[in-house]
Amino acid sequence: MRTITYSQAIYETMREEMARDPHVILIGEDVGIFGGVWGVSGDLVKLYGEDRVRDTPISETAIIGAALGAAMMGLRPIAEIMFGDFLPVAGDQLVNQLAKARYMSGGKANVPVTVRITTGAPGSAAAQHSQSPEGWYMNVPGLKIAVPATPADAAGLLRTAIRGEDPVLFFEHKMLYALKGEVSDDPDFAVPFGQAAVRREGRDVTLIAIGGMLPKALEAAETLGVEGIEVEVVDPRTLVPLDKETILTSVRKTSRVIIAHEAHKRLGPGAEIAALIAEEAIGYLDGPIVRVAARNVPLPYSPELESYVLPQTQDIIEAARGLVRYRL
Amino acid sequence: MSIGDYSTEKLLRLYRQMLMVREFELRAINERRAGLIPGFIHSCVGQEATAVGACAALEPADVITSTHRGHGHLVAKGGEPKYMMAELAARTTGYCGGKGGSLHMTDFSLGILGANGIVAGGIPIAVGAALAFQQKKDGRVALSFFGDGATNEGAFHEALNLAGLWKLPVIFFCENNLYGEGTPQAKQAPVADLAIRASSYAMPGVTVDGNDVLAVYEATKAAADRARAGGGPTLVEGKTYRYRGHYEGDPMVYRSKAEMDEWKGRDPIVAFRTRLLSEAGLPEAEVAATELAVQSALDEAVAFAAASPKPAPETALAGVYGEISGGLVF
Ligand SMILES: Cc1ncc(C[n+]2csc(CCOP(=O)(O)OP(=O)(O)O)c2C)c(N)n1
Ligand SMILES: [Mg+2]
Repeated sequence: MRTITYSQAIYETMREEMARDPHVILIGEDVGIFGGVWGVSGDLVKLYGEDRVRDTPISETAIIGAALGAAMMGLRPIAEIMFGDFLPVAGDQLVNQLAKARYMSGGKANVPVTVRITTGAPGSAAAQHSQSPEGWYMNVPGLKIAVPATPADAAGLLRTAIRGEDPVLFFEHKMLYALKGEVSDDPDFAVPFGQAAVRREGRDVTLIAIGGMLPKALEAAETLGVEGIEVEVVDPRTLVPLDKETILTSVRKTSRVIIAHEAHKRLGPGAEIAALIAEEAIGYLDGPIVRVAARNVPLPYSPELESYVLPQTQDIIEAARGLVRYRL
Repeated sequence: MSIGDYSTEKLLRLYRQMLMVREFELRAINERRAGLIPGFIHSCVGQEATAVGACAALEPADVITSTHRGHGHLVAKGGEPKYMMAELAARTTGYCGGKGGSLHMTDFSLGILGANGIVAGGIPIAVGAALAFQQKKDGRVALSFFGDGATNEGAFHEALNLAGLWKLPVIFFCENNLYGEGTPQAKQAPVADLAIRASSYAMPGVTVDGNDVLAVYEATKAAADRARAGGGPTLVEGKTYRYRGHYEGDPMVYRSKAEMDEWKGRDPIVAFRTRLLSEAGLPEAEVAATELAVQSALDEAVAFAAASPKPAPETALAGVYGEISGGLVF
């Protein structure tokens, strides 16, 4: 075990996978000499050369399309999209091509593409640099969606993505890059998709926290614990596939659910999870399924407006208090 | 045209605007460090002549679309430094009431259709504005600013094709500062002069010295005249250089000090000032008075921003839609 940041965990996993498999390449805007706008790719270009670590023009459509075509021909590309907000620029290649290539071809196309994407609000970056688009793509069959919330998961889920055979949208939350945590030294350490992690056990409320909301959820759980409200914090780790069993087991135990994510509330990932719980465990619930999420407005620039729009630790705390007081 | 063909008033206005752009940026950078400005800034220090020369060729009713590096475009199209500074400081008095910040400043009354956070995002929008002008036959022109990097986006090519096809009154103004973030143009495009890209879309493409405000003005004026006369679009490329990082805090590992020094030797403002005094024969006192006026306008802008109120949190919910039916919850 070593203690490293989330950002380092991603860098080291890419470095190790590139060393292990010459088919792994990295392409994206400023991933080379600049080292990635978020600093994540660091010196990879020095280690593996400009052939395998390619700075691209500002051409998101070509980045995703090229990753797809190269994957069809046997490479294992990692494509970086600097901000999740720019994914729609590559909309067709993502949604109509990358996601569907295997299925439409009757299984002929193999599509081992990892798209690394930053997500979330870094603070006063306004409406086109702050979004959490995970949910947009949950509605597109064919894409797997990873939302690592710890350094260990960043490493383990990324390894699974790179070695896997399907397109993965790998969402890195900007505010988690500096987060430190223990990561295994095993060069094959991988976290399977579709296995949620229970980050804290509790009997009163199930709190499903996605990506960047995990630290806030744990903080809220700490405060609520002092008040005698025992919160079980569940981190889904991947939204597609989604670990239904872990979620439902927890819900059956606590009978109360809060889902927290930074994406907009309307049709964010929480909408799907809530519907699933309603479909499969409604009889166990002692109250409404509560979503703590961004309000349904574009992300504003002003810090005062932005913190009002984004879900906060305090919102989770109040939601939990409300739920335990709730009487059917 | 030679410099002697320009009126003193026009020359001083160009100088004042370029200086305003530069000093605005430097103040904004300082105020960001001092904590007045919460968001990031992409400054256009070094690129003042493209913004100012291009906008000087437009009429007040003409419109522009701008970019992430847009403060200069705004000033040049008549934007008020105090409302710009207030927007950067996220105040209610700012151009977007604090909702937009640097990347989204807009003033329709001045023909500023918006800065943009998406590279190449404004180019198709300018084409749409030109479409409206063509339909209305009102003689107006749209100009889209964008960088060299933006010419590698599909949006650029689709927009130019449409404008070339429909002969729309639009000017595509490429501010080629040789880099897109940390990647040099040579690693982004297989052509040296981006103006050549016009040839695929049946429009003229011209490359000018983007640090020469009069050269920029003249090339843009010719494009505007052509567009107004029904001759269709033009791609103008101004070669220039940004002095500071892509954003404030950029370590700039991707370029050499020698290169930066070389460009600083071709400073658009210093060069123009020298020409004003030596070639146009403007009195030093008049130039100096302009410099003082810029500083005091900026003192006022900063004071105005700092004294302006911050928005009330709940106001975040207003303004998503133009029409809201009673009782509907968004
Ligand atoms: C669609 C999209 N891709 C990437 C970015 C990130 N980004 C912001 S500015 C920039 C460089 C733009 O280069 P250029 O067009 O030359 O303009 P300059 O910054 O040099 O003025 C990039 C890649 C973005 N904002 N939008
Ligand atoms: Mg550029």
